This record gives sequence, C-alpha cells and structure tokens, in this order.
Amino acid sequence: MKGPKEKPEADDWMSRTQTVADNIRLRGFEYVMRANGGYLSQICSAAEILAFLYTRALKLEPAGSPISPGPFTGVPAAGRSYSSGSIYNGAKAPHLDRFFFSPAHYALPLYVALIEVGRMTADGLAEFKKDGSTVELIGAEHSPGFESTTGSLAQALSQAGGVALARRMKGDTGLTWVMMSDGEFQEGQTWEAFQALSFHKLDSIRVIVDVNKQQCDGPMDSVMTIDPLGDRLRAFGAHVVEVDAHDLAAMDAALDQAQPGKPLVILANSNPSMGIPLLEERRPILHYLRFSSDEERQKYAAAFQAMKEASSCWKS
Amino acid sequence: MLEIVTRPHVQNFIDWSANRPEVVVLSADLTNSCEVGRWRDTYPDRFFSMGMAEQNMMGFAAGLAREGYTPFIHTFAVFIYRRPYDQLAMSIAYPNLPVRMIGFLPGIVTPGGVTHQAIEDVSILRATPNMTILETGDATEIESVLDVAHAVDGPVYVRMLRGEVARLFPKSAPMVFNKARTLSEGDDVLLLSSGIITEEAIRASAAVKDRGVSVQHLHISTLKPFTDPTVMEAINKVRHGVITMENHTIVGGLGSAVAELMAEAGAAKPLLRLGLRDTYAHGASQQYLMKEYGLDAAALVRGIETIMDRSLNIKEEQLAEVRIEDVHSLAKAEAL
Repeated sequence: MKGPKEKPEADDWMSRTQTVADNIRLRGFEYVMRANGGYLSQICSAAEILAFLYTRALKLEPAGSPISPGPFTGVPAAGRSYSSGSIYNGAKAPHLDRFFFSPAHYALPLYVALIEVGRMTADGLAEFKKDGSTVELIGAEHSPGFESTTGSLAQALSQAGGVALARRMKGDTGLTWVMMSDGEFQEGQTWEAFQALSFHKLDSIRVIVDVNKQQCDGPMDSVMTIDPLGDRLRAFGAHVVEVDAHDLAAMDAALDQAQPGKPLVILANSNPSMGIPLLEERRPILHYLRFSSDEERQKYAAAFQAMKEASSCWKS
Repeated sequence: MLEIVTRPHVQNFIDWSANRPEVVVLSADLTNSCEVGRWRDTYPDRFFSMGMAEQNMMGFAAGLAREGYTPFIHTFAVFIYRRPYDQLAMSIAYPNLPVRMIGFLPGIVTPGGVTHQAIEDVSILRATPNMTILETGDATEIESVLDVAHAVDGPVYVRMLRGEVARLFPKSAPMVFNKARTLSEGDDVLLLSSGIITEEAIRASAAVKDRGVSVQHLHISTLKPFTDPTVMEAINKVRHGVITMENHTIVGGLGSAVAELMAEAGAAKPLLRLGLRDTYAHGASQQYLMKEYGLDAAALVRGIETIMDRSLNIKEEQLAEVRIEDVHSLAKAEAL
C-alpha cells in the first residue's frame, strides 16, 4: 500500500514540517494563555495536519513576504471591492492547488499555521477577535486563509466540488483540497456532497479530516456516532486512507494513493491532547478551554513554560 | 384573441445560451418539470444532474460561480428557498455570487399542495441581503427575464412560469430591471399586481372602468430592489387608496414592500393587501385556489369596492366576459 519514500529527502522535509507543527502548538498555546482560553484541543489535534498541508501537500504559490492582516472593510456586495482571505494562500493558477477550510472554528489553528509558514505576519495574531479586524473568531472569507465562508459547517465540500467541476471544464491540472473536522460528517450535506463527487467522478478533490472524535457537547460517540466512518465513505464511492494524524510519513504516503474517478479522503485519526497531555484531565469535554480558577490557569501557564523551554526551535 | 404560448422557456433558453458558454444548468431531478430537458440534450456538457440533494446543489453552484461560470439552477421554488436556505444564504448570497435560481411553481399555480407551493419565497428572499428577486407574469417576461437576470452582479431568484402562458405584453416590450409597467392610467385607485395575478387584475380593472372607476394599474416584475420612482409617483397620484395583489402571502411580499414604501414616505392613504392571508394552501386547481383564497378578478373587484366604499354591482359572469386583448393593446401603447 504505502509507496516507499526516498529516505534522505523524506527525513529532511519531515523534520522541517514537524518543527512547524511543534511551533503551531506552542504559538497556539501561548495565545490561548494570553487570551485566557480558546480552542486549544483543535490546535493539538490539527498541528501536524496543517503543517503537512502547508509545507508538503498543497501546491500553492510560494509565500512571498508575510501578509499583515488589514482591517475589515465590509461584507461582499455588488459594486464593492472585497479582499479575499485566499490571498494568504497565494495567487490562483490552473496548475496550482486550491485550499478550502471547512471547520471555521479552527480559525486560530489556521492563523497560527499561516504565521509559522511565513504567510501571515506574527503580529497578525494580535488582531484575533479584535473589533474591526479580519482575524475573526470563526473566520469568514475575508479572514486569513479562508477562500469561502464555512462557519455553518459542512458547506465547504460542496463549494469545493463546484470549484473542482469548473476547473475540470477549464482543463486545470491543480487539485482542490478541503480540510474538514469529523463532526461535519453528522450533517446530511456532507453525504450529499460525497454522492455528487462520486457521481461526477471528481477525482481532483482531496479531503483531509481531523478525526479527533470530539465535538461541542463532548465525545462524538455520546452525541451522535458516525462510525464506521471509513466504511461509510467507501460505500459512498470515496477512496479512503486512514492514518495517524501525527504521523507525517503516513499522511505523505496517502497522497500517492488517489484512484481515478474517486475523491480521495485522508482520515487523520488525531489525539486532541497531543503535545499538551494536561488537557486529558478535562475529558470528556475538550472542545473549548476555559479556566475555572486562577489555580487552574497557573497550572496551564506552567505547562506552557515547560513546553517552551523544552523546544529547541521556538523563536517567539 | 389573447395569444397563448406553449412552453416559451424551452426554446428561448436554448437559443439564449448558444453563445454564452459560461452558462451551465444544475437540476435536482426535475429537469423536464422545469422545461430544461431539451436544453440538457442540446448542451449535455453544460448540464449537471445533482440528484435530489438541494443543499449540495447550492454549494456546487457557488463553486462554479466562483470559477467564472453562471449556474442556472432549475427546480421548484420551494426547493430553492425552503430546504437549502442556509446554503443559499451562506454559500451563494453572502459572497454575492452570480447564481441564477429559476424557481418554478410560484404560489398556488400547482395542485401539488402545500409542499410544492412557494407562498413565502418573496418574504424570505427579500430579507436576504444581496438577493435580487424577479417575477415573470407572461410569455414576454419569460423570454426576457434571462437578460435582466444576467446583467445583475449577484444572485438572482426568479419566480418562473411554465407550460401554457398568455402573452400579455408585446414582444417588443421586454422586462426591464426595477421598472414597473404602467398598464392603465387613472386617479381613483392604484393597483399593483405581479406574476399570474396581473392577468386577473387586467380583467377586473377593465370591468370597474366600465363603472366609472379610474384605475392606475402597475405590473411589478422586480420585487427586490423595490426602488422604482414610478411606484411612489403613482401612490401620490390616486385619491382613494392603494391595492396590492400577489400570488403569495401578504406578509413580506409585494404588499409589504409597498407598505414599507408608503410608511417611509408618510403617504397617508389606505392600503389593501390582497393575497394569501397568513395561511398555507392545499392541493387543488389554480382556478379553484384563486377563488378560494381571493386571488381572482372577483376578489379584486371586492377590494376596489372596499377601498372606494362603494358598490360597483359587477357580476362574476361579467368578469369572465371581459376581453383581455383590449387591455393588451393599451399596454402596448404605454410601453411603446
């Protein structure tokens, strides 16, 4: 199944990508401590996925100088100019990939990733949740890294399907990527989208899913189970590869496994406390970190301090 | 005689699309029901069957529009604004994408009953930012609504008619964006009608004219935006009051748009809104439902009597006898 990689080359990109992932966790953790709470478990589960996408999987225009997020200038409307968050992913071109970000509540992990890969200025994070800024809590399509508006979950895959269909008609060779969270597989639209992607044989679609088995109310199997997710997707005509979301080599090997006529889905099984084991004590609810006492806050501050000191490459 | 055109959309849309390669059609298993079966056979590479899955269809349309195509969604109106509203609002309307949503079976034109009757579509889509709402009332408007929609920078929803359709307006007088058609001039009562109601309204206004009532009659085909100065001028002109009549609930549609306009302008005149009175309908023939819910010429005569506080003594049989082509020629004169 797994295509063997040339060892020296593989090692090189993997250590670089792992550094990006580690720094996504650190910068995210630092921000959450400063903000006195946030979506920390999503940073833990998705750090390698985002690092892998931006440094290895996505074929984007290389980052120029990092973009500093401008102020919010208004919603899209006829006759009004509107700045798309997709500019952080570089210019669009027929041979390049496109990236649609479905779990908009993962905005903080995305912004942090953009900083770590040199696509957004580090001070852009100071704009997060600030009134009048584009670096919003749950991003819309003016927010850094967002090409479309996906905060009402499970809409990005259909949008990307239309983009992929259009690109096929135009003869584009680039792929159309979608990052999703597993909770979105509870929505009917996701399955409508997969049946259409299969029916129209849209094999330029790549979906990578952060399968962290967590959602707002708690563990997914206590809210609404979606198992067996891989089998369900295969039954809908997708080609599915299941990997460890913290194993860069495994995610990389999945890239080679696309099959003609089928969308490729990489189910990345993740650990929502990866890198910050202290989060484990919060189970079963990991969705959003909120401190209930100063003592608790101190405990997390100490964990962050230890993590920072252990890091050889933290540059903040 | 009044000209009746059979399925004007079928060939017109095929011809119109010939030199517009950016036009694509998405259908949700109602292809022939929405008169695009021959379009599909003519342009198979530009037609996409999306199955009975409207939420996903909205997203695909958004994606195609983002890439420079102009998707024309063809399905029943209820399956555009009811079932996939969140997708319509967030995937299409928010980004102001040029998706054309061609909604068939507006109001009570179908015996398909409550599930197939789009009675609050105008209310909901009027409340949706970035939306443009057009409504066709005859064969000429079916033929010309495509040009009107195509010129709009943003999403457009069209209340579309199908099958046997009367030609009320001459071919030389196409639909014009945000421009009311003046069908008769008068200063007693202003009557504003849209869609299939206009044919009934023409019948009624001709009959009341015989009783000496002077009716200013406007046909409305752009429901949003609703900023044509012709409307306010007409409101100011009439003595007794204003009547709106629509194939739709009176909450949020044409009647509400006129009410908002009058209230904001401080026009202190009676307004009578005719339409579905905050109720669902049921499955029966169009003619039966129009009578049951007060959407026919007789209901309009009663409305004019109410607003003028005067009995006109017109019998239903007389309304049926009114020759509609008389007014047709009047419309022609007005529209040049």
